[in-house]
Amino acid sequence: MAAEIEFAAVPIKVTVNGVKHEAVVEPRTLLVYFLREHLNLTGAHVGCDTSQCGACTIQLNGRAVKSCTILAVQANEAEITTVEGLAREGVLHPVQEGFREKHGLQCGYCTPGMIMTAVSLLETNPNPTEEEIRHGLEGNLCRCTGYINIVESIRWAAEKMGGKNVSR
Amino acid sequence: MTTDHTPTGLIGASIRRVEDPVLVAGKGCYVDDIQLPGMLYLAFLRTTYPHAKIISINTNAAKAMAGVLAVVTGEDVKQLNIPVAPMVQDQKIPPHPLLARGAVHEAGVAVAAVVAQSRALAQDAAGAIEVEYEALPSVIDAEKALEPGAPLAREELNSNICYVATKKGGDVDTAFAQAEHICRMHIASPRQVALAIEPRGIVVKPEPTGDLTVWLSTQAPHRVRGDLATALGFPEHKIRVIAPDVGGGFGSKGPLYREYVLACHLALKLGRPIKWIATRSEDFVTTIQGRDQAMTSELALKKDGTILGLKVRVVANLGAYLYSSTAGPPQRMMGMAPGSYQIQNCHVEVVAVFTNTTPTGPYRGAGRPESVLNIERLIDKAAKELGLDRLAMRRKNFIRPEQFPYKTGVGVEYDSGDYEKSLAEAMRLSDYDKLIRERDAARGRGELVGVGVSTFVEPSGGAGFESGTVRVERTGEITVLTGSSSHGQGHETSYAQVIADKMHVSMDHVAIRHGDTLAIQQGVGTFGSRSMVMGGGSMTLAAERVIQKARRIAAHLVEAAPEDMMQADGGFAVAGVPEKKVTWRQIAAAAYGGRVPPGMEPGLQETVFFDPRREAWGFGAHVAMVRIDRETGKPTIEKLVLVDDCGVIINPMIVEGQVHGGVAQGLGEALREQMLFGEEGQALTGTLMNYAVMRAGDMPHLTVGETITPNPFNPLGVKGVGEAGTNGAPPAVANAMMDALAPLGIDHIDMPYTAPKLWEAIRQAERRPAARS
Ligand code: FES
Ligand code: FES
Repeated sequence: MAAEIEFAAVPIKVTVNGVKHEAVVEPRTLLVYFLREHLNLTGAHVGCDTSQCGACTIQLNGRAVKSCTILAVQANEAEITTVEGLAREGVLHPVQEGFREKHGLQCGYCTPGMIMTAVSLLETNPNPTEEEIRHGLEGNLCRCTGYINIVESIRWAAEKMGGKNVSR
Repeated sequence: MTTDHTPTGLIGASIRRVEDPVLVAGKGCYVDDIQLPGMLYLAFLRTTYPHAKIISINTNAAKAMAGVLAVVTGEDVKQLNIPVAPMVQDQKIPPHPLLARGAVHEAGVAVAAVVAQSRALAQDAAGAIEVEYEALPSVIDAEKALEPGAPLAREELNSNICYVATKKGGDVDTAFAQAEHICRMHIASPRQVALAIEPRGIVVKPEPTGDLTVWLSTQAPHRVRGDLATALGFPEHKIRVIAPDVGGGFGSKGPLYREYVLACHLALKLGRPIKWIATRSEDFVTTIQGRDQAMTSELALKKDGTILGLKVRVVANLGAYLYSSTAGPPQRMMGMAPGSYQIQNCHVEVVAVFTNTTPTGPYRGAGRPESVLNIERLIDKAAKELGLDRLAMRRKNFIRPEQFPYKTGVGVEYDSGDYEKSLAEAMRLSDYDKLIRERDAARGRGELVGVGVSTFVEPSGGAGFESGTVRVERTGEITVLTGSSSHGQGHETSYAQVIADKMHVSMDHVAIRHGDTLAIQQGVGTFGSRSMVMGGGSMTLAAERVIQKARRIAAHLVEAAPEDMMQADGGFAVAGVPEKKVTWRQIAAAAYGGRVPPGMEPGLQETVFFDPRREAWGFGAHVAMVRIDRETGKPTIEKLVLVDDCGVIINPMIVEGQVHGGVAQGLGEALREQMLFGEEGQALTGTLMNYAVMRAGDMPHLTVGETITPNPFNPLGVKGVGEAGTNGAPPAVANAMMDALAPLGIDHIDMPYTAPKLWEAIRQAERRPAARS
């Protein structure tokens, strides 16, 4: 953000998608804006101001978190994975592939958050039932798809991954 | 799902979307992803009183804050308004300023705006502005706004009526005089929020040349550009509007909004780029909302169920201000009141009313769901009153296949249809008779189970023209420029299928470009289920013209007669001599290289502005089975079968996705969602914490079916489908709910059917001695 503004600068160190970053942030900067505006990782989207929509979901130290609910300074020393960090050498993560195969997205705005939530879900439960997937998506809103194909996409990924955890 | 990219046979294939690799990788580009050097941020102070006089505004503290570049109030921008063209005769168009001037009339109005160096600073400074208000009495409900002595929503007017419009067909008086039975009904559709997950937003950059570049989360870049030019008094040809990736719209991202005009005005004034992105809370109260219509009807009938005539009066809530499209949705009833039935004697009156609420406007269906709900509930109610079977009554009155094109009593001509066929398919897929047996068995056990059906029509397309350009590039690759821009519908896939199919090339030879007024000829946009009908129609006609010209060039190159040139894989070939082939690349080289037949203009590009001057009437039949827990009132959808007929289908996967999404929003309306305002006009459900949007766990299983009745008036034979789910599903659910509650003597409850509302109705009914069963 513009350099002319004065604020109590706080230095932080984070590893994002395997790359170490050192930055100086305003204490009130939310992690989602740090990722989006300081690191130019715009995959995490902002869809609400009450932590309800899940469009901003990322992985923080291996757990899915809504990046609008924590401050950048709270992520100091953390390992972060965003949707941009899922593909390996240009090959999409099975969950990303699943969303394409099963038409799990329309406008795509909720999609990075959905995908990050799904990746975490499959890491803890590699073979979830439909009920478990729906439950796992409680914190993520989609207004386009009616969720049906999102559930299908995640089932597809679970099958493709064969119960194996391929994301890290 | 096939990924087979064979040149022909692409129309009708479920091809995976070409948009997706970018979007699933998080590499999409939405408005808020755009960062420009020197960019400033805009923030607003919105009113604390929905309806009030403004006594004073003190901006001194905000102006004094570091990093603040501008603070403006209504007085500073009093020359700027939202331009609104009248849609109806004698329509009242009260002023719609960008920032309040003297008074505020609904909760979303901004009193002041701040431009600062960061988002947070702009918000802080807006919070430091002090405003003194004098509250005025508010009116929220449109029917109450018509009562004598009701407060005036807009004190500068002498009543709350914006317009009254009527449509009369046939001889309604005689029909009602001859009626053996008259069925009367009052029904209201709840106000909904469109709730695109991407909030509205703009980035605007004044160019050194004096031009203005605008990135906007919009469904209609060209239309908005025209309105923006009018609002700013700035030349349209110097404005470039880009709709980048747009995160959903559902009608709500159609109009030009106040914030957009102000952002452009201030960017021009300050000579710096400006960004404004709505917070979700702002989006709730500032983005046009949908539905909120009350309908009062009378249906004149013979004892055998024959419909003789229909009278409908709509009271529609427009909110406090008009956007360009606000007055539109209620007028739908004037074309749609008869639904899928032969009703020649019909009278519709629409009374559109100002209230102290957020403006309404098109939202997925935009007057269609209200119209369908009205006629479909009315048919069920009438059948019940007459002791007739509701399906038999529908069949008796259906417009029959051989009657198309059929002109209804309200003067609209439907193109084609076979309503009996879609109903039969829905009954087959739902195993309807079995559902009825299950319902009856459950009823015997005292359970509340109901089955409901809707057989609806769904006009699509319309809204004037759409444009399409097909250009064969020098290398033979094909670029398509369409005025219909996507916000999630998968245009880049479906349109490429159409053009690749028509031109006998593979899909990766076709690029679909949209959403940039600099690149694209004048266009309209994406709403009203019009994309394939209008966008697809225009580019198909353009492709046909290109093919005609290319055929002549190809013939010239091989010295054959044009009639002997057949389209072949990748170009043309001489009939009967398949090895005598001319590729698109060779044809393009000739077209741009001076080797065209004598007298022919060089180049290989055609543009078509397509206006069929009629809408495309899709239709369908939906069947719902619901169960209501007698103890808690909790409703469950046990079965939902959706048969939609949208004519020829280009990409079944995408069409089914549209149906799913529409149904989810329709079920939201039927079961959960309602935007509520308190007595003073304050938003009661203005965040995601209290507005009950559908979540993954709320969606029932769907059975999706189809019938295909090609549209004879469209180059592709298509009709729209984007609104099928919001049109057909809510009345099917409503009819099922009322069927479930019939044993308790309940014959009407308005949507949404929330558990507390149903619980209350059940308790009341149980207290009535006669209804105990
Ligand atoms: S933006 Fe984080 S939950 Fe909505
Ligand atoms: S795809 Fe648009 S919100 Fe989910």
